[in-house]
Amino acid sequence: MILDIGFETMPREDLEAIILRRLKATIDRVYANVPFYRKKFDENHITPNDIQSLEDLKRIPFTKKEDLRDNYPFGMFAVPMDNVVRIHASSGTTGKPTVVGYTARDINTWAELMARSLAAGGATRGDMIHNAYGYGLFTGGLGIHYGAEKLGASVIPVSGGNTKRQVVIMTDFGPTILTATPSYALHLSEVAEEVGVSFENLKFKFGIFGAEPWSEKMREEIERKLNLTAVDIYGLSEVMGPGVAIECHEAKKGLHIFEDHFIPEIIDPQTGEVLPYGETGELVFTTITKEAFPVIRYRTRDITSLNPEPCICGRTHIRMNRVSGRTDDMLIIRGVNVFPSQIESVLMEMDEVEPYYQLVVDRKDNLDTLTVLVEVGERLFSDEVRHLQDRERKIAKNIKDYLGVSAKVKLVEPKVIARSQGKAVRVIDNREI
Amino acid sequence: MRVEQISVFLENKAGRLAEVSAILAEADVNIRALALADTSDFGVLRLIVNDNQKAIQALKSRGFTVSKTHVVAVEVEDRPGGLNRILDILNQAGINVEYMYAFVQHSGENAVMIFRIDPIDEAIKLLQENNLPVIEGSKVYTM
Repeated sequence: MILDIGFETMPREDLEAIILRRLKATIDRVYANVPFYRKKFDENHITPNDIQSLEDLKRIPFTKKEDLRDNYPFGMFAVPMDNVVRIHASSGTTGKPTVVGYTARDINTWAELMARSLAAGGATRGDMIHNAYGYGLFTGGLGIHYGAEKLGASVIPVSGGNTKRQVVIMTDFGPTILTATPSYALHLSEVAEEVGVSFENLKFKFGIFGAEPWSEKMREEIERKLNLTAVDIYGLSEVMGPGVAIECHEAKKGLHIFEDHFIPEIIDPQTGEVLPYGETGELVFTTITKEAFPVIRYRTRDITSLNPEPCICGRTHIRMNRVSGRTDDMLIIRGVNVFPSQIESVLMEMDEVEPYYQLVVDRKDNLDTLTVLVEVGERLFSDEVRHLQDRERKIAKNIKDYLGVSAKVKLVEPKVIARSQGKAVRVIDNREI
Repeated sequence: MRVEQISVFLENKAGRLAEVSAILAEADVNIRALALADTSDFGVLRLIVNDNQKAIQALKSRGFTVSKTHVVAVEVEDRPGGLNRILDILNQAGINVEYMYAFVQHSGENAVMIFRIDPIDEAIKLLQENNLPVIEGSKVYTM
């Protein structure tokens, strides 16, 4: 179902006029209110008046994750804190999270776009939504939640974890829409099977899955095991949260980006050159309606391509293809962003630990597992097994406290971790996505 | 009266123990006693050898993590209750034995046990006061 026929199926010409008007207003506002952007513009001899067409956007320099970090926590906010009604945060590369804010109007916009997304994924106001995205600083849980309420559906804020209880709720309440990370969806199906519940007897029709990379192969598996139609949803907190782009269940072929709110570009990650439609590169977003946390040409580090072809569903908004990778070393483990550098800083803060470590990511029973191999140097070593086990537990606890992700810590002999040209191989990702 | 023991970190995988014994053999080091404590992932090999310096050097040069610890060697009467007497004395004094293992060689009629105890000097004093024969390091290395 198309929730907002006016905007979602608007002829391109009209849409582009709205985009340009909103872009210009955003540029005016960030120039006036965010010192970071004013400085960037001034340094490059650009004034807001120079932006007269969508083409002119290319003249503005990119915004990177590091810029957000340098302005931690609230330096990129474009409104006084009095007007901010919600704060979310996601992992940053150095342990400091990336902090984003929302005005009341931003929350409303987000809810509307999420409602559009849920509708595109097959939900209607008569549906019951089992929302297994985590609630908290992570935008997944609350993002879906507000959208579901805006749509008028009944939302079960079940959040992540306690999977057996989730199976009971699924059986007894009879929800019709499932929202979760794709790996958690598969995990749910396995646990259901263990306790003798078949998805064939449940009422699910559609599932809306995202927040981590997945593949067509996984989609087939999910659709088969969960007996529903699975669509892909995309978002990131820096741009808004879930609901930046959504696949329509009619085509299931690429995600429509809500262009009346976000301008996408694909660039060559090395040169920064804007690439034509169809070519694969790094996805860049400019928000054009956000008040508290607008971003201009924000480099997502996600790799994909754009498809401008008309879609059978009737939406005129451009589609992005499935995200196929990252330009950095970020890992997404059970929906949590993990950078190897964060693990490194946890280890470095512990006196007795050497900075020789390796992350091994596996997918077991459809759940991602993180194992951290830590080399045992003289300072960490003890002749007592008990002490070594204490240290393993201590490292695991610090990682959990700091990153919010459970890891198994495994002590290994020195030099076990392969060093390629003097630089250790930090990540081994065994997941087949 | 302390005895020096060397400990080696080993991953729990095939051939690691053999690797250590090969390195020590190559360095002409004689193993006097050994004990292995392990978990599912790793193990700690404790060794009493005839030449600590040589053993440590050889193992370190091959990339092993090695440490030196002090332990106590005590002669234990080779009859029922021999070990119990020692443990009783330590226990009553509130001294905790972290771990222990037996020496291959006998000292005359008696067995020799290695104890990892903390506080070590207090334990040595206590054992000696109770007329339990604590064996000196230099003697242990060449037994």
